[in-house]
Amino acid sequence: MAKLVPVPSGSMVPDRDINKKPVLECVDLGISFGGLRAVEDFNIIIGPTEISGLIGPNGAGKTTVFNLLTKVYQPTQGTILLNGKDTHGMNTMQVNRAGIARTFQNIRLFDNLSVEDNVKVAMDAHMKYHMWSGIFRLPGYWREEKAAHERALDLLSLFSMEKLANIQAGALPYGAQRRLEIVRALATNPSLLLLDEPAAGMNPSETAELMENIRKVRDTLQIAVLLIEHDMSLVMNICEGICVLNFGKIIAKGTPEDIQSNPAVIEAYLGRKEGGEGA
Amino acid sequence: MKNRGFSPFRFLTYLLVIGAYAALQVLQARSELSATMRGMLVPICAYVVMAVSLNLTVGVLGELSLGHAGFMSVGAFLGTSTAIALQDRIPVAGVRLAVALVVAAIFAAVAGFLIGIPVLRLNGDYLAIVTLAFGEIIKAIFNNLYLGVDAKGVHVSLLEDATNTAETGRLIIQGPMGIGGIQKISTFTAGFVLIMISLIVIFNLVNSRAGRAIMAIRDNPIAAQSVGVNVVKYKMMAFVVSAALAGSAGALFAMNYSTVVANKFDFNTSILILVFVVLGGLGNMFGSIVAAAVLTILPEALRPIAEYRMLLYAVLLILMMLIANHPFVRGLFNRFKRTGQIQLEAGADETEGEVA
Amino acid sequence: MNFIIQFVNSLTSGGGGYQLLNHIINGISLGSVYAIIALGYTMVYGIAKMLNFAHGDVIMVGAYVCFYAFNAMKLPEPLAMCAPLLAVCAAVVVCTLLGVGIEKLAYKPLRAAPSLAVLITAIGVSYFLQNAALLLWSSSPKVFPSFFVIRTTDADGESVVLRSVQLGAVSISYVTIVTIVSCVVIMLWLTWFTGRTKMGKAMRACSEDKAAAQLMGIDVNATISLTFAIGSGLAAIAGALLCSAYPNLVPTTGSMPGIKAFTAAVFGGIGSIPGAFLGGLLLGVLEIFAKAYISVQLSDAVVFAVLIVVLLVKPTGLLGRAIREKV
Repeated sequence: MAKLVPVPSGSMVPDRDINKKPVLECVDLGISFGGLRAVEDFNIIIGPTEISGLIGPNGAGKTTVFNLLTKVYQPTQGTILLNGKDTHGMNTMQVNRAGIARTFQNIRLFDNLSVEDNVKVAMDAHMKYHMWSGIFRLPGYWREEKAAHERALDLLSLFSMEKLANIQAGALPYGAQRRLEIVRALATNPSLLLLDEPAAGMNPSETAELMENIRKVRDTLQIAVLLIEHDMSLVMNICEGICVLNFGKIIAKGTPEDIQSNPAVIEAYLGRKEGGEGA
Repeated sequence: MKNRGFSPFRFLTYLLVIGAYAALQVLQARSELSATMRGMLVPICAYVVMAVSLNLTVGVLGELSLGHAGFMSVGAFLGTSTAIALQDRIPVAGVRLAVALVVAAIFAAVAGFLIGIPVLRLNGDYLAIVTLAFGEIIKAIFNNLYLGVDAKGVHVSLLEDATNTAETGRLIIQGPMGIGGIQKISTFTAGFVLIMISLIVIFNLVNSRAGRAIMAIRDNPIAAQSVGVNVVKYKMMAFVVSAALAGSAGALFAMNYSTVVANKFDFNTSILILVFVVLGGLGNMFGSIVAAAVLTILPEALRPIAEYRMLLYAVLLILMMLIANHPFVRGLFNRFKRTGQIQLEAGADETEGEVA
Repeated sequence: MNFIIQFVNSLTSGGGGYQLLNHIINGISLGSVYAIIALGYTMVYGIAKMLNFAHGDVIMVGAYVCFYAFNAMKLPEPLAMCAPLLAVCAAVVVCTLLGVGIEKLAYKPLRAAPSLAVLITAIGVSYFLQNAALLLWSSSPKVFPSFFVIRTTDADGESVVLRSVQLGAVSISYVTIVTIVSCVVIMLWLTWFTGRTKMGKAMRACSEDKAAAQLMGIDVNATISLTFAIGSGLAAIAGALLCSAYPNLVPTTGSMPGIKAFTAAVFGGIGSIPGAFLGGLLLGVLEIFAKAYISVQLSDAVVFAVLIVVLLVKPTGLLGRAIREKV
């Protein structure tokens, strides 16, 4: 496992990423819903090939951070730098085109489309042929559709799903739906992949397989991954840096070893013992 | 669930249309068609195009439109006006009709684009009511529009005839009187060609990147945005294509009669077309064609019972909805679906097994 | 009283002012009818989540029942004053039964069906009512009787019919007064009913979450029937008021007011009772103003254009709640 080293701003990234521009940099990011500060002072730096985890108790604001990064909610304060570029004023579509792709906690597939078409929809931003080429079946249509078909199968094969290509997405079993969401996100060519509870509802062997796949994706595509997960064995196994959120604030950052022994984290998860002895 | 909009019966649909056209032509040649039936051929074609085009909005894009007749109206008035204005310049009726249909499509597309700007920002029932509102606005405008053409060009005025059209020219649209003295240049063959073109446009659009994106937006707009789909662009594309086809259908329809008035294309017409789409099945173009044809003929076929026919039509409509959604019938459908699904899941398990 | 008349006179000394006041009063009167219909629309939408397109035709049925009941009644002189009231009551009873019957036969079997199927069924019911009315009562227009008049004798002993009350230069017809008062009373009653009574609270609970309401021991079916009953009863009252003001009664009488009231309900924020009230009033005033100052023929276009603008500024209507999808 890579060693975490500090970058100039004080955050930590894996040592192999130290001389590269971070893929994501959040500065004092926050949002309030009618006075309620759901997330505040969120600062994080993620290296371009780092796998990092965002953990915390239920309601800590983890998914809200994802929604801020993907502009499902517009932040009320702070800055998000994606590959050094400020995403201020962008919408969800533009942020995706700039390099962030995500999955959803409550799976959001295009249920009535086939598995392959779900993946191809995500390639739309990179396809060029015009509506008329589609209607009149001009050469551009055939060329790009063929390329899209091959690429979709390639991506599906990363998760061993190429045989399911023609099945309707809504009819897939749960685990396959979660994997398809990841493949679909990868099809947009992201530099940062956000996974919202990818292992939810999976059994231990499926989880182990998922861990392998996440590492494989990072290694083959050379992208960064930020994941929200409640399965601590997964988080501690594959994450290089971990960030712990409670009541909308970061209470700890560091390597898995740091986090496991951090008193504030233990208190947030288990609660304070009476008598103030700490846990 | 069947794969909506991505009809596996695509070629069957083309075949149905071609077969029906051929059969009717043979019957017509043998003069075995009644006068009523012959009179209904072009309206049926127009309604079929209306139904498949509305199905693009309602079934494929998934947005309820209650003002589709408005686009029909735009096409009917402006397409027919074009045909009348070009009467001397293009003597061949078929060519004139083709030009009129294209012009109608363009005007309706422009109307669809303008209406789409506000409409597509809204959701669900709010979107539906705004399409209804636009349908009514278009009706009110054409009811009060005067359009004259003379040597000096086109003159337009609202509310009263202030067009000052020269004696040598012609006042084409005359407010509440609509357009009179239309040459009936629409033919069954033109209707058939228009249906085929509509089907090619819709099927090819649906089975291209645009169609995938449009159906993705229908299934899950948030997810569609999150994978970089331009939701506004694709919603607009579906809406405009749907409007353009409806415009051509309107022109085809209008030029089958000697007069056309704005009140023909009211809320009830929009609803009638929506009924075709829902009864035929959302996203199912084959169903839309059959529903449009059958339900256009049905009131005529019920003519022997004269005054009771519309009552019976209403009862049939309600019964069809009740039966199609009856738990027993649904269960029957589900059983078919489940047989399909078990196969799918078996396939999925197999792959999982390989991975593990 | 003198003071009021003087005030009104001063307001209306110029012809324009007098007209303006008249337009406002007419607008509120028409708006009150829309509001009463829109209340029915919005309540049914709130609880059944369906656009009940047959609602406008229930209005028409109410007006016909009222018409025939009134003409059939031959009450002796002192009781004749009650005839309009009895006729409206008859219409309310018939429409309430009709509304509940429609719900039981046509909509209830479709609770679990897609919303478009329910919409088409509602359209079928609408066609059915219109064509049944055509068969029963023919397409020739019925002239609705003048309900709200005062019959009295003048100084010479001649009997006269008073149709309006004169306030200075402004004359307000009794129909207008009755319409506005009915609308306010209905609105107040509905606010009290949905806010304070057990059944009203059950209704609100069902409109929030039917499954949860059922778990709390609320009889959802009965509550939905009650909603249809109230909505249809209101439609009957609206029918009588509408036809008293615009006495031409045909089987399609209900369609356009139905669409307008539907618009009013959306305008105010569909599902919201105060929204329907506000939307109805605004739509009525807007329509009369558009007729007076812009164009009679284009008034509908103006009304719908304003609706579009309002929805662009407030996409869920004036008083509607925005529901944010959880991501």
